[in-house]
Amino acid sequence: MDAKRIAADGLFLALALVVSYIEVLIPIPVGIPGVKIGLANAVIMVLLFFTTWQRTLLISVVRILLAGFLFGNPMTIVYSLAGGILSLFVMVILRKIRGFSVVGISVGGGVAHNIGQLSVAVLLMENARIYYYVPVLLITGTIAGIAIGVLTGILIRKLPKNLF
Amino acid sequence: MKKKDFILIGIVFLIALAGFGFIRWTQHDGTQVIVTVDGEEVYRTDLSKDQTYEIPVEEGTNVMKIQNGEVTMSKADCPDQICRNHAAISQTGETIVCLPHKAVIEITSETGTTELDGITQ
Repeated sequence: MDAKRIAADGLFLALALVVSYIEVLIPIPVGIPGVKIGLANAVIMVLLFFTTWQRTLLISVVRILLAGFLFGNPMTIVYSLAGGILSLFVMVILRKIRGFSVVGISVGGGVAHNIGQLSVAVLLMENARIYYYVPVLLITGTIAGIAIGVLTGILIRKLPKNLF
Repeated sequence: MKKKDFILIGIVFLIALAGFGFIRWTQHDGTQVIVTVDGEEVYRTDLSKDQTYEIPVEEGTNVMKIQNGEVTMSKADCPDQICRNHAAISQTGETIVCLPHKAVIEITSETGTTELDGITQ
Protein backbone atom coordinates (compact mmCIF):
# COMPACT_ATOMS: atom_id res chain seq x y z
CA MET A 1 0.00 0.00 0.00
CA ASP A 2 1.55 3.29 -1.00
CA ALA A 3 1.29 6.50 0.97
CA LYS A 4 -1.00 8.15 -1.56
CA ARG A 5 -3.53 5.37 -1.34
CA ILE A 6 -3.50 5.40 2.46
CA ALA A 7 -4.03 9.17 2.43
CA ALA A 8 -6.86 8.97 -0.11
CA ASP A 9 -8.60 6.12 1.74
CA GLY A 10 -8.34 7.99 5.03
CA LEU A 11 -9.67 11.14 3.45
CA PHE A 12 -12.67 9.41 1.94
CA LEU A 13 -13.38 7.42 5.07
CA ALA A 14 -13.40 10.67 7.05
CA LEU A 15 -15.65 12.27 4.45
CA ALA A 16 -18.07 9.33 4.52
CA LEU A 17 -18.16 9.52 8.33
CA VAL A 18 -18.88 13.26 8.37
CA VAL A 19 -21.62 12.74 5.82
CA SER A 20 -23.09 9.92 7.96
CA TYR A 21 -23.13 12.28 10.92
CA ILE A 22 -24.88 15.02 8.92
CA GLU A 23 -27.46 12.43 7.98
CA VAL A 24 -28.03 11.60 11.68
CA LEU A 25 -28.58 15.32 12.33
CA ILE A 26 -31.35 15.63 9.74
CA PRO A 27 -33.86 12.90 10.50
CA ILE A 28 -36.78 12.39 8.15
CA PRO A 29 -39.80 12.04 10.47
CA VAL A 30 -42.01 9.94 8.23
CA GLY A 31 -42.15 7.04 10.67
CA ILE A 32 -41.02 4.47 8.16
CA PRO A 33 -37.87 2.55 9.04
CA GLY A 34 -35.10 2.86 6.48
CA VAL A 35 -36.15 6.11 4.81
CA LYS A 36 -33.08 8.27 4.37
CA ILE A 37 -31.18 10.28 1.81
CA GLY A 38 -28.15 8.01 1.80
CA LEU A 39 -25.55 10.77 1.51
CA ALA A 40 -22.75 8.34 2.34
CA ASN A 41 -23.57 6.48 -0.86
CA ALA A 42 -22.35 9.48 -2.86
CA VAL A 43 -18.90 9.01 -1.31
CA ILE A 44 -19.06 5.25 -1.82
CA MET A 45 -20.02 5.68 -5.48
CA VAL A 46 -17.20 8.15 -6.13
CA LEU A 47 -14.82 5.52 -4.73
CA LEU A 48 -16.42 2.81 -6.84
CA PHE A 49 -16.00 4.86 -10.01
CA PHE A 50 -12.42 5.97 -9.34
CA THR A 51 -10.98 2.93 -7.58
CA THR A 52 -11.73 -0.80 -7.28
CA TRP A 53 -14.75 -2.46 -5.68
CA GLN A 54 -12.47 -4.12 -3.13
CA ARG A 55 -11.23 -0.76 -1.90
CA THR A 56 -14.75 0.61 -1.88
CA LEU A 57 -16.03 -2.38 0.10
CA LEU A 58 -13.28 -1.96 2.71
CA ILE A 59 -14.01 1.74 3.23
CA SER A 60 -17.76 1.12 3.23
CA VAL A 61 -17.55 -1.56 5.93
CA VAL A 62 -15.17 0.48 8.10
CA ARG A 63 -17.44 3.51 7.74
CA ILE A 64 -20.50 1.51 8.83
CA LEU A 65 -18.67 0.08 11.86
CA LEU A 66 -17.34 3.47 12.95
CA ALA A 67 -20.61 5.31 12.30
CA GLY A 68 -22.45 2.58 14.22
CA PHE A 69 -20.18 2.93 17.26
CA LEU A 70 -20.17 6.73 17.10
CA PHE A 71 -23.77 7.65 16.27
CA GLY A 72 -25.77 4.43 16.46
CA ASN A 73 -25.97 1.18 18.38
CA PRO A 74 -24.99 -2.44 17.69
CA MET A 75 -28.34 -3.02 15.97
CA THR A 76 -27.85 -0.19 13.52
CA ILE A 77 -24.51 -1.75 12.54
CA VAL A 78 -26.21 -5.03 11.61
CA TYR A 79 -28.85 -3.25 9.52
CA SER A 80 -26.38 -0.92 7.86
CA LEU A 81 -23.97 -3.74 7.01
CA ALA A 82 -26.72 -5.73 5.30
CA GLY A 83 -27.90 -2.68 3.40
CA GLY A 84 -24.43 -1.42 2.56
CA ILE A 85 -23.04 -4.73 1.31
CA LEU A 86 -26.11 -5.62 -0.80
CA SER A 87 -26.16 -2.08 -2.17
CA LEU A 88 -22.51 -2.23 -3.21
CA PHE A 89 -23.01 -5.68 -4.73
CA VAL A 90 -25.91 -4.43 -6.89
CA MET A 91 -23.99 -1.30 -7.92
CA VAL A 92 -20.96 -3.37 -9.00
CA ILE A 93 -23.27 -5.64 -11.05
CA LEU A 94 -25.04 -2.66 -12.68
CA ARG A 95 -21.65 -1.20 -13.60
CA LYS A 96 -20.57 -4.52 -15.12
CA ILE A 97 -23.79 -4.74 -17.17
CA ARG A 98 -23.04 -1.32 -18.72
CA GLY A 99 -25.63 1.03 -20.19
CA PHE A 100 -26.52 2.54 -16.83
CA SER A 101 -25.50 6.06 -15.87
CA VAL A 102 -24.56 7.10 -12.34
CA VAL A 103 -28.24 7.80 -11.66
CA GLY A 104 -29.33 4.28 -12.58
CA ILE A 105 -26.54 2.72 -10.53
CA SER A 106 -27.43 4.95 -7.59
CA VAL A 107 -31.11 4.00 -7.78
CA GLY A 108 -30.17 0.31 -7.87
CA GLY A 109 -27.91 0.81 -4.87
CA GLY A 110 -30.49 2.79 -2.91
CA VAL A 111 -33.26 0.29 -3.47
CA ALA A 112 -30.93 -2.64 -2.71
CA HIS A 113 -29.90 -0.92 0.52
CA ASN A 114 -33.53 -0.72 1.65
CA ILE A 115 -34.28 -4.31 0.67
CA GLY A 116 -31.17 -5.54 2.50
CA GLN A 117 -32.07 -3.70 5.69
CA LEU A 118 -35.67 -4.81 5.57
CA SER A 119 -34.69 -8.44 5.01
CA VAL A 120 -32.46 -8.35 8.10
CA ALA A 121 -35.33 -6.80 10.06
CA VAL A 122 -37.62 -9.63 8.91
CA LEU A 123 -35.02 -12.25 9.92
CA LEU A 124 -34.15 -10.68 13.27
CA MET A 125 -37.72 -10.05 14.34
CA GLU A 126 -39.06 -13.21 12.71
CA ASN A 127 -41.96 -11.23 11.37
CA ALA A 128 -42.63 -11.27 7.63
CA ARG A 129 -45.26 -8.55 8.01
CA ILE A 130 -42.45 -6.04 7.89
CA TYR A 131 -42.32 -6.60 4.13
CA TYR A 132 -45.41 -4.40 4.14
CA TYR A 133 -42.94 -1.51 3.90
CA VAL A 134 -41.42 -2.73 0.61
CA PRO A 135 -43.56 -0.61 -1.77
CA VAL A 136 -43.00 2.61 0.19
CA LEU A 137 -39.28 1.94 0.47
CA LEU A 138 -39.01 1.18 -3.26
CA ILE A 139 -40.40 4.65 -4.01
CA THR A 140 -38.37 6.54 -1.39
CA GLY A 141 -35.25 4.53 -2.29
CA THR A 142 -35.69 5.47 -5.95
CA ILE A 143 -36.19 9.18 -5.23
CA ALA A 144 -33.21 9.29 -2.87
CA GLY A 145 -31.21 7.25 -5.39
CA ILE A 146 -31.92 9.74 -8.19
CA ALA A 147 -30.86 12.70 -6.01
CA ILE A 148 -27.67 10.99 -4.85
CA GLY A 149 -26.96 9.82 -8.41
CA VAL A 150 -27.15 13.38 -9.76
CA LEU A 151 -24.90 14.59 -6.92
CA THR A 152 -22.38 11.81 -7.58
CA GLY A 153 -22.42 12.61 -11.32
CA ILE A 154 -21.34 16.17 -10.52
CA LEU A 155 -18.66 14.95 -8.09
CA ILE A 156 -17.22 12.52 -10.62
CA ARG A 157 -16.95 15.26 -13.24
CA LYS A 158 -15.40 17.83 -10.90
CA LEU A 159 -13.03 15.71 -8.82
CA PRO A 160 -9.46 15.42 -10.15
CA LYS A 161 -8.71 11.86 -11.23
CA ASN A 162 -5.18 11.91 -9.83
CA LEU A 163 -6.61 12.26 -6.33
CA PHE A 164 -6.70 8.48 -6.00
CA MET B 1 -29.38 9.62 -17.75
CA LYS B 2 -29.49 6.72 -20.16
CA LYS B 3 -32.27 4.53 -21.52
CA LYS B 4 -31.51 1.69 -19.09
CA ASP B 5 -31.82 4.10 -16.15
CA PHE B 6 -35.39 4.90 -17.12
CA ILE B 7 -36.18 1.21 -17.61
CA LEU B 8 -34.79 0.41 -14.14
CA ILE B 9 -36.70 3.26 -12.46
CA GLY B 10 -39.85 2.26 -14.38
CA ILE B 11 -39.59 -1.38 -13.25
CA VAL B 12 -39.02 -0.36 -9.61
CA PHE B 13 -42.07 1.92 -9.70
CA LEU B 14 -44.19 -0.81 -11.31
CA ILE B 15 -43.21 -3.30 -8.59
CA ALA B 16 -43.98 -0.68 -5.93
CA LEU B 17 -47.35 0.04 -7.53
CA ALA B 18 -48.17 -3.68 -7.68
CA GLY B 19 -47.16 -3.92 -4.01
CA PHE B 20 -49.42 -1.03 -3.01
CA GLY B 21 -52.27 -2.61 -4.98
CA PHE B 22 -51.72 -6.00 -3.35
CA ILE B 23 -51.66 -4.48 0.14
CA ARG B 24 -54.83 -2.46 -0.43
CA TRP B 25 -56.59 -5.43 -1.95
CA THR B 26 -55.77 -7.77 0.91
CA GLN B 27 -56.20 -5.46 3.87
CA HIS B 28 -59.32 -4.55 5.82
CA ASP B 29 -60.25 -3.22 9.24
CA GLY B 30 -58.37 -5.15 11.91
CA THR B 31 -59.74 -6.48 15.16
CA GLN B 32 -56.68 -7.70 17.04
CA VAL B 33 -53.39 -6.16 18.10
CA ILE B 34 -50.36 -8.40 18.50
CA VAL B 35 -47.12 -7.23 20.09
CA THR B 36 -43.93 -9.18 19.52
CA VAL B 37 -40.45 -8.62 20.93
CA ASP B 38 -37.53 -10.38 19.23
CA GLY B 39 -39.97 -12.64 17.39
CA GLU B 40 -41.81 -13.75 20.54
CA GLU B 41 -45.45 -12.77 21.01
CA VAL B 42 -45.73 -10.93 24.33
CA TYR B 43 -49.20 -9.41 24.19
CA ARG B 44 -52.45 -9.75 22.28
CA THR B 45 -55.50 -7.60 22.73
CA ASP B 46 -58.61 -6.26 21.05
CA LEU B 47 -58.30 -3.19 18.89
CA SER B 48 -61.58 -1.95 20.33
CA LYS B 49 -60.22 -1.74 23.90
CA ASP B 50 -58.72 1.68 24.60
CA GLN B 51 -55.54 1.21 26.63
CA THR B 52 -51.86 1.89 27.06
CA TYR B 53 -49.43 -1.01 27.31
CA GLU B 54 -45.78 -0.95 28.20
CA ILE B 55 -43.96 -3.35 25.91
CA PRO B 56 -41.36 -5.42 27.80
CA VAL B 57 -38.27 -4.61 25.74
CA GLU B 58 -34.81 -5.22 27.16
CA GLU B 59 -33.11 -2.18 25.70
CA GLY B 60 -35.40 0.57 27.00
CA THR B 61 -39.02 1.64 27.01
CA ASN B 62 -41.80 1.37 24.44
CA VAL B 63 -45.38 2.25 25.27
CA MET B 64 -48.19 1.37 22.91
CA LYS B 65 -51.47 3.23 22.97
CA ILE B 66 -54.81 2.09 21.58
CA GLN B 67 -57.42 4.77 21.15
CA ASN B 68 -60.57 4.79 19.03
CA GLY B 69 -59.52 1.66 17.16
CA GLU B 70 -56.10 3.04 16.24
CA VAL B 71 -52.69 2.08 17.57
CA THR B 72 -49.69 4.35 18.05
CA MET B 73 -46.35 4.06 19.86
CA SER B 74 -46.90 6.83 22.37
CA LYS B 75 -43.54 6.55 24.12
CA ALA B 76 -40.17 5.19 23.05
CA ASP B 77 -36.61 5.93 24.06
CA CYS B 78 -34.96 4.39 21.02
CA PRO B 79 -32.38 6.51 19.21
CA ASP B 80 -34.20 6.94 15.90
CA GLN B 81 -37.78 7.59 17.18
CA ILE B 82 -39.15 6.13 13.96
CA CYS B 83 -41.78 4.07 15.80
CA ARG B 84 -43.01 7.12 17.69
CA ASN B 85 -43.35 9.15 14.50
CA HIS B 86 -45.23 6.36 12.77
CA ALA B 87 -48.78 7.19 11.75
CA ALA B 88 -51.60 5.43 13.65
CA ILE B 89 -52.39 1.93 12.35
CA SER B 90 -55.74 0.15 12.17
CA GLN B 91 -55.74 -2.01 9.01
CA THR B 92 -54.75 -5.69 8.88
CA GLY B 93 -51.12 -6.23 8.03
CA GLU B 94 -50.09 -2.77 9.20
CA THR B 95 -47.16 -2.69 11.60
CA ILE B 96 -45.25 -0.27 13.77
CA VAL B 97 -41.68 -1.46 14.07
CA CYS B 98 -39.09 -0.35 16.59
CA LEU B 99 -35.91 -1.70 14.99
CA PRO B 100 -33.50 -0.78 17.81
CA HIS B 101 -35.67 -2.49 20.45
CA LYS B 102 -36.80 -5.33 18.17
CA ALA B 103 -40.45 -4.66 18.98
CA VAL B 104 -43.27 -5.04 16.47
CA ILE B 105 -46.91 -4.05 16.85
CA GLU B 106 -49.12 -5.58 14.21
CA ILE B 107 -52.81 -5.58 13.38
CA THR B 108 -54.62 -8.75 12.44
CA SER B 109 -58.17 -9.93 12.19
CA GLU B 110 -57.52 -13.50 13.32
CA THR B 111 -59.74 -14.29 16.27
CA GLY B 112 -60.06 -17.18 18.60
CA THR B 113 -56.42 -18.18 18.94
CA THR B 114 -56.11 -17.05 22.54
CA GLU B 115 -59.53 -18.45 23.46
CA LEU B 116 -58.63 -21.80 21.87
CA ASP B 117 -55.43 -21.95 23.87
CA GLY B 118 -57.48 -21.30 26.98
CA ILE B 119 -59.70 -24.28 26.26
CA THR B 120 -57.00 -26.77 25.31
CA GLN B 121 -54.82 -26.01 28.29
